[in-house]
Amino acid sequence: MPVFGSFSLLLALALSAYTLLAGAFALRQLAIRARTRISPERLAETARRAGIASFFATTTAAFALVWAAFTNDFSVSYILHHSNRALPGPYKFAALWSGQEGSLLLWAWLLATYGFVLRLRHKVDVRLTAYASTILAGVQVFFLLLLNFAAPPFALVQGAPPADGFGLNPLLQYPEMVIHPPMLYLGYVGFTVPFAFALGALMMRYPGEKWIHITRRWTMVTWLFLTCGVFLGAHWAYSVLGWGGYWAWDPVENASLMPWLTGTAFLHSVMMQEKRGMMKNWNVWLIFSTFLLSILGTLLTRSGLVSSVHAFAQSSIGSWFYAFLFLVLVVCVFTFILQRDHLKSDHKIESLVSRESSFLFNNLIFLAACFTILWGTLFPVLSEYVQGNRVTVGAPWYNRIAVPIGLSLLALMGLGPLLAWRSSSLRSIRRNFVLPSIATVATAIALLAIGERPWHDQGTIYSFVAFSVAAGVITAIASEFLHGAHVLKVQTGRNIFAATLLLIQRNTRRYGGYIVHFGVVVIFIGLAGSAFNRSTEQEMDFRQSMRVGPYTLVCQDYTQDTNPNYDSEYAVLDVYRNGKKVTQLAPEKRFYVASQQVSTMVANHSTLAWDLYVIYAGQNPDSNRPIIKVFLNPLVAWIWIGVFIVIIGTLVALVPSLTTVLSPARAREPAKKSARPLVSEPATLRGGD
Amino acid sequence: MRLNIKPPRHPERSEGPALFHHARKPWHYIHVLLIAAIVVFGAHASDTTNGPRYQKLSHAIMCPCGCNQLLGECNHVGCPDSDKMRSHLAASIDHGDDDTTIFRAFQDQYGPTALAAPMFTRFNQFSWWVPPIVLLLGIGAVFFVVRRWRPRAVAMPAPASDPHTLVLEQRIRRETGGDSL
Repeated sequence: MPVFGSFSLLLALALSAYTLLAGAFALRQLAIRARTRISPERLAETARRAGIASFFATTTAAFALVWAAFTNDFSVSYILHHSNRALPGPYKFAALWSGQEGSLLLWAWLLATYGFVLRLRHKVDVRLTAYASTILAGVQVFFLLLLNFAAPPFALVQGAPPADGFGLNPLLQYPEMVIHPPMLYLGYVGFTVPFAFALGALMMRYPGEKWIHITRRWTMVTWLFLTCGVFLGAHWAYSVLGWGGYWAWDPVENASLMPWLTGTAFLHSVMMQEKRGMMKNWNVWLIFSTFLLSILGTLLTRSGLVSSVHAFAQSSIGSWFYAFLFLVLVVCVFTFILQRDHLKSDHKIESLVSRESSFLFNNLIFLAACFTILWGTLFPVLSEYVQGNRVTVGAPWYNRIAVPIGLSLLALMGLGPLLAWRSSSLRSIRRNFVLPSIATVATAIALLAIGERPWHDQGTIYSFVAFSVAAGVITAIASEFLHGAHVLKVQTGRNIFAATLLLIQRNTRRYGGYIVHFGVVVIFIGLAGSAFNRSTEQEMDFRQSMRVGPYTLVCQDYTQDTNPNYDSEYAVLDVYRNGKKVTQLAPEKRFYVASQQVSTMVANHSTLAWDLYVIYAGQNPDSNRPIIKVFLNPLVAWIWIGVFIVIIGTLVALVPSLTTVLSPARAREPAKKSARPLVSEPATLRGGD
Repeated sequence: MRLNIKPPRHPERSEGPALFHHARKPWHYIHVLLIAAIVVFGAHASDTTNGPRYQKLSHAIMCPCGCNQLLGECNHVGCPDSDKMRSHLAASIDHGDDDTTIFRAFQDQYGPTALAAPMFTRFNQFSWWVPPIVLLLGIGAVFFVVRRWRPRAVAMPAPASDPHTLVLEQRIRRETGGDSL
């Protein structure tokens, strides 16, 4: 099987290289209208088919590695180092991306899969897809070169293979790790597709904005995957690392957030290009940056450039990524300089108080957030270069610099949709802003009344602002829904709920977007709760109790257990609230036999108000009693609920609007129907996003 | 009861006798009240490790054991560094050292990576100033772009008014109650 896998990778490389070279040659011939013995169209078609075949070759290689994991083929070095016989089945599957070579193979496979779909759907625009396919093949070649020559996943061990493997990193032996990396990679890799379309459209001086329509769904799906990946990672950190938090501003976490920020900015500003033919330069660079940041993220994870909890994935292939990053940047800059006259805006901004301006500010803040995170991530490296020593840029720095930027983004999320395209009148501003402003002020007063003191420390100031602004944004979103639904209710005679549903169906993109915004506000509310986290630690004996917030924990038992994969120590704690037992928790510490590493299994009782987060910190060697650390983390559940709402909103936005579906049919309607009232439905319902 | 009052940075400006010598002036009554408040709140934080200052500082220092966690969050029983560092921090607070002194001491003893965020010293200041400056420059650039674009847009000839379109626009405004299309 290792030989089969290696051969498949070599074949995939050859096919991708052919797709790149033949595709590039054919497109060049088409561009200069040259006629050769083989027509460029036919050559381009062979390149497309070779690209499709590369998907099958890469899939075969990925299958070979998974097969080696499931059959305990420890002659393969990668399997020896990332699996063992006692490892449960799902984690053997996860071994595919638990190490350097495997995760690169996952990259290559996902890229080939995206390429496969893109090449199958080439009829949407044959020439533009040919450009995108060729660019995609270039990226494929890079990853397949890595897999064939720098980080081969099928390398064999010297001499006789050991009877058992070294096992999987314990931190990765958690159900979410089976889905978190693939989600994140689907996001990272997925941005290659809009990048390829954007670069291709620029290279061929593609007329109009159709390439944006073609890539809109790609971008949204990719963004959704990345969002899920980022938050699954946060949830994994919360559930496994056992320090009571979900985001540590670790460089690799930051690496996943940066392309998300630029990708989100792109999703917003691309609407300006669609609606008004504006910000074309900006959009092209946003998607270029998003792709470059995806590669940078992989570089940060792999190269050891910055120290991280993700150090398990480090190796010496950083130089390959530097070279690739530089090459991509050169190609982007060169193409942009050559074709920049093609990117002139059709319209100009007419007013500072307009939807266009709000998009501009929104983009600015997204990019400022991205720059801040990049600056914080790379500053230790810069510091070492300039002053000879590394400094740590950790949570306190980000909390002071990045959180205010995030809060201004939250505020803008409420303001932007209330402004009209082109220009907003003072009257409409007054009318649209009065309710959100009242909600913001009322919430601030209510918070003060219930005892929140924002001057207490930095965290409480942030939470105070976040809660108040969140109330305003929710009011703004709700008023948008209610206003539209009310008009539809009057027009159609339906009840308000049916009218709201119809409203969403008629402009899924706009109202799906609002649902996403609502989800983000809910996430902010969850994040703001962290200002009130509490924790306590205690050594516990049988029947001994400890108190945190409204909960009392009583130790019922503490014991040890063993199985072929790991030994464990755990405590059994009954949790009481107001004298009534609410649950039983069993925080655990595991010692994995194969890897000789320790891992924490958090016990968490989550409610909408707070999480009772309990960890088994260890055992006192003198008394042999467990040491239990308990966190009371308010509102954490709202973060995950918010993510769920974001997912729903994105899915809604992906569904075609009812008016879009019906419009071809309407076009075919007889001319007499045009005698109907001109405005049979509210214009806002058919308006922009 | 052990009081935990931070010593003044400029003792010459706040010596006891001088303070009470001028205590008849109204603002000095306020001064005395403030000191009384500090004494009361200082007494509240007599247990150093549960005090807010300890919590704040322990979340500004990294545990150097390689766990990449803040000192206040390091959860490893038997961690070779965190217990020692926590004791050091508690002792420094009890001794009355100010934040900068404590941070410098930790930096000297455990290396420049001991602090969770760079101090405001020499090159490290750039870490703090660059992002806000970039944001301000960006805001300035947006204003500049919008102002540069606006006159041109105004100068453009208005499209010929089509009576049919005007009627349609008026009707849309009337039926939707505004211009937020």
